[in-house]
Amino acid sequence: MTTGPQNESPHEPQHGRRLFLIWLILALAADLVIWFIWYPHMPPGDMSDSARHQQFDIAVLAVSAAPVIIFVLLYFTYSIVVWRVRPGDEDDGEPIYGNTKVQVSWIAGTTVIVLFLFVFGTVELVGPAGAGAGEGPAPIWKLAGTQSAVWAPGGKTMLDVQVIGQQWAWTYRYPQFGGMESSELMLPVDSPVTFHVTSLDVIHSFWAYQLGVKADANPQVDNVAYTTAKSLGGFTVRCNELCGIWHGAMFNYGHVVSQAAFQTWASGVQSKEKADGILAALPAYALTYDPTVIPQLGANLPKVDGITGAAGYYYPPSDPVTP
Amino acid sequence: MAIETHQDQAEAAGSGPPLGGHGALRPWYLRPGVHLGVVGAAVGYILGHLLGNFLSSAYQQNALSDSNDIPIVLGYTFATLGWLAGLGVFNDLGRQILGRPLLAEIRRGGSEAGLSKYFRYTLDHKVVGIQYLYGMIAYFLTGGLFAMAIRSELLSPSYHLLGPSQYLMVVGEHGTMMMMMMSSVILGPFGQYFGPLLIGSKRVAFPRIEALGFWLTPAAYVILLSGVLFGGFPTGWTGYEPLATQATAGEDSYFFAFGLMGLSMILAGFNMIVTVINYRAPGMRWSRLPMFVWSMFTVSFLQVLAVPVLVGACYMGLMDRTFQTAFFTNQLGGSSFLYEDLFWFFGHPEVYILALPGFGVISEVVAVFCRKPLFGYKVAAAGMLGVGILSFFVWQHHLFDSGINPDMRPLFMLTTELISIPTGFIYLVGMGTFWKARIRFSIPMLFALAFYFNFLIGGISGVFLSDVPADTTEHGSFFVMAHFHYTIMGGLIFAFMAGIYYWLPKMTGIKLNEKLGKLHFWTMFIFFNTTFLPLFALGMMGMPRRVFEYARNLETLNDWVSISAFCLGGSILIFVINFVMSMLFWREPEVGNPWRARSLEWQLSSPPPPENFKRVPVILSSSYDYGVKDALPVADLNPPPGVIGAAYAGAPGVPAGLEA
Repeated sequence: MTTGPQNESPHEPQHGRRLFLIWLILALAADLVIWFIWYPHMPPGDMSDSARHQQFDIAVLAVSAAPVIIFVLLYFTYSIVVWRVRPGDEDDGEPIYGNTKVQVSWIAGTTVIVLFLFVFGTVELVGPAGAGAGEGPAPIWKLAGTQSAVWAPGGKTMLDVQVIGQQWAWTYRYPQFGGMESSELMLPVDSPVTFHVTSLDVIHSFWAYQLGVKADANPQVDNVAYTTAKSLGGFTVRCNELCGIWHGAMFNYGHVVSQAAFQTWASGVQSKEKADGILAALPAYALTYDPTVIPQLGANLPKVDGITGAAGYYYPPSDPVTP
Repeated sequence: MAIETHQDQAEAAGSGPPLGGHGALRPWYLRPGVHLGVVGAAVGYILGHLLGNFLSSAYQQNALSDSNDIPIVLGYTFATLGWLAGLGVFNDLGRQILGRPLLAEIRRGGSEAGLSKYFRYTLDHKVVGIQYLYGMIAYFLTGGLFAMAIRSELLSPSYHLLGPSQYLMVVGEHGTMMMMMMSSVILGPFGQYFGPLLIGSKRVAFPRIEALGFWLTPAAYVILLSGVLFGGFPTGWTGYEPLATQATAGEDSYFFAFGLMGLSMILAGFNMIVTVINYRAPGMRWSRLPMFVWSMFTVSFLQVLAVPVLVGACYMGLMDRTFQTAFFTNQLGGSSFLYEDLFWFFGHPEVYILALPGFGVISEVVAVFCRKPLFGYKVAAAGMLGVGILSFFVWQHHLFDSGINPDMRPLFMLTTELISIPTGFIYLVGMGTFWKARIRFSIPMLFALAFYFNFLIGGISGVFLSDVPADTTEHGSFFVMAHFHYTIMGGLIFAFMAGIYYWLPKMTGIKLNEKLGKLHFWTMFIFFNTTFLPLFALGMMGMPRRVFEYARNLETLNDWVSISAFCLGGSILIFVINFVMSMLFWREPEVGNPWRARSLEWQLSSPPPPENFKRVPVILSSSYDYGVKDALPVADLNPPPGVIGAAYAGAPGVPAGLEA
C-alpha cells in the first residue's frame, strides 16, 4: 500500500469519483425524504401564515444542510476506512501541502451556499412581514390590513391584540373592544392580527408556538409582531425568556375560532367587564405601561373569575406569587 | 528581547534585575501561598462586609431589590484583594515601589522541587499550565454536577426534586460555571504550557500577569459558588436586566465572579499576544507558527477586545444593584436593551474564545496522526483570523426577536452566515489532511474525529438559527441549547480531552491508561450524542430553555435525555478514575516521543526542564513536514554560539557586541 510520488497509479482507485457518486445518491435520497415526507410534519406546523413560512424555511435549510452533512460524514467515514494505517506500516503519508483547485472551489462553493441562504432568508423575512418575529415599535415590514377603531367580521380589518407579560402571567387586551382584557387569547381565523407585546416588569418573551409568533416583551417597549391564523384550533403560549422563578409555569392556551364566534366572545367579555366596573378601573389603553405610576397600583380591584386585572394590578416583584 | 537573545545571561539562573534577600528561604508557612491567601480572603471579606455595613447603614435599599448588596460586594472585593495579597501577588510590586531588591522566592518556583510550587504564585509558565489543568478539571466537574441536577429535575414535567428557585440556581450555576470558567479550558492548561514551548521561548512575556490570570480563577470560582449561600441567581448565564437588578443577593456573585474571570481572560490574552509577537525563536516565522499558536494568538485578540465590554457590563450591573445607578432600568431612563447589547457584544466573541482553541488542538493532533502536513496551512490560519474578526459583527443574532433595531436583521443574518465560511476552513483543512493519509487511531485522534462529527452538527444547526424566520421557532428553545452544547461540549471539551491524552505525557512524563481511555472515549462520544441530539427535537417541539415544567408529551424524550446524561456523567467519571489512578498510582512513564511528533515540544525531555531550552533554539523547518524526504529537523536545539546574535544582527534595540 505504498503510494509513490505519482498521484494516480493505475491500481489506485479513483477516490474522488467514488466519493462523488456515493454522495450524490445519498444526498438525493435524503433531500427527497426531507422534502416529501418530513416537510409536512415539520414544526411549527401550518396553523398560521407565519408558521407556514417558518416551516418552509426550516425545510429549505434542511434540504440545503443534508447534502453538506452527508458529504463531510461520508468523506471522513471513507477516509478512515480506506486510509487507515495497516499494522506494521510505519510510513508517513504523502506530503500534500494544499491544492489550489480544491481550496478555491471549496471557498467558492461555501460562499455561494451562504449568499443563497442570505437572499432566501431576507426574502422570507421581508415578504411575510417579519414572519411572526418581534419587529420593534415601528416595523418597516408591515402586514396588509386596514387599521380601524372597530373590528368586524368579514372584512380585512386588522385585529389589534396587546400582550402584556408580567411575573408570571400573560394578559391580553383588545383595544378595538373597549380595551377589555382577558387571560385567554382568542383569535379569529383568516383575519390579520397585530400583536403589541410589552411587559410590566422584566423581559419576557411571547411565544405562540403553533402560530409561529415570537416577540420579546420588554418593559417600556412596544414590540410588534404579525400573523394571520389559517385554521381553527388551540395553541400554546409560553414565556420564552427567563423571567424569574416561575418562568416555567408562565404558559397558557389560546384558541383560534371563527370570526363570528370571536365577535360574540369579545363583545360578551367587553360588556361583562363594563358591567363589573373593570373597564373603568383599568388604566387607559396604552402601548406601554409604567407600573410604578399606574394610579390603581395596590388598589383593591374587582376580580372576576377567569379574568385577571393584570394591567391594573402589579405584583410587588418579591412576592412569591404561585401561578 | 534582550533577555532572549543574550545567551550568557539567559543560561544563568533567572534573568532580570538582581535578586535580594539572603538566598535562604523562610519557613513554608511564612512564605506566601494558598494558605495565606485563604486567610487573606477571609479577613478581607470580613473587613469589606463591615465597611459596607458602616457605609450603607442608613442607605436606602434598592427600589427593585429587597436586599442591601453593598456589604456583600465590598466583601467580595476585599476578599479578592486579600486572597491575592496572601498569595504574594503584590510583594514584588511593593518592593519595586519601595526601591528594594526583589525576593528570590517566587522566581525560584520553576526549579523548586516538590509540589509546593503548585500552591504558590509561581512565575514559571509550565507550573501555571499545570495549575490551570487541575483547576479547569475541578471547575468542569463542578459544572457537570450541576448539569446532573438539572437533568434529574427534568425527569418529570413538573417539579419534584428541586424547588423553582433552587432549579434556577442550579441552571445559573451550571451555565455560568461552564461559560466563564471553560473559556480558559484549553487556553489555560495548554495555551500557557505549550504556547512558549511551541514558539521556542524560555518564558512568557509577563510571567506575573500570567500567574495572576490563573490565581484569579479560583477566586472567581469560589465567589460564583458562594451565590448558593445567598439563594443563587435566577438569571441563567446571561444575567439579563432588569431581572438581575430585581434578583436577591445571589446575583452579586454572578456579576462579581464573571467580571473577575473577565479580568483573568484579558490578562491571559494580553500576555499571549506579546509573547507570540516578541518571543518567537529565530526561524519561527509566521508561516511556520504551529496552528495551535495561531489559535491562541487569535483568541487572545478576542479576549483583549471583547472581554472588557463584559467587565464593563458586570460593573454597571453591580452599580445598579448597589449604588442605585440605573444603567439598565427602563423606568428610570436606563435601558434593558443596553445590557443585552453589551452582553452579547462580548457573548458572541466569547463563544469563539471557546471554539477556536479547539480548532488549534485538533489541527495539531490530526497532522501527527495522519502523518501528513497540514493541508492548506494558510487557509487554516486565515480561517481563524476570519472567524475572529467576523465574530465582532454578529452579536445581534441573539436578539432577532427582541425588538432592538429590527431593520438590521438581514445584515446580521448575512454576517452570521458569512462566519460559516471561515469556520468551514477547519473542515477543508481536516479533510485535506485526511486525503491519502496514514491514519492512526490513537485516543487523541479518536477525540479529534469525534470533534469533527460533533462540531459539524453544531455548526450546521447554527445556520438554522441564523435564518430569522426559522430562528423565530428555534430561538430560546432547547434547539439553541443543543446547538451550543454541540459546539462547546462536543467541540471544545472533546478537543480538551484530545489535548489531555496527547499532551499529558509531555506535561508530566506519565501517560493515561489506554484501555480506560478508549472506554472513556467511546462512552463519552455515544452518550454525548444520545444526550444532545434529542434536544434539537425537544426544542423544535416547543420546549423553552430553563424551564422545569414542560408539556407532558415531551416526558419520554426528556427521560431518555436525562438517563443518557447520567451515563455521560459516568463516562466523565471513568476519565476521572483514569486520571487519578494513572497520575497517583499506576504512574506508567512515557518519556520519549510516543507519537513521533515533529513539533518542538516533543523534542524536549518530558516534562521539559525548568527553562525549557538550554539555549534559544533555531527553527529550521515547519513542524508539519511529515512524509518529506530528507526533511530538516524542526529545530537546532543547541545552536553554536553566535548564531542567535547573527539572526538579530542589525535589528534595532539589540545591545552592541551581541553579534560576536
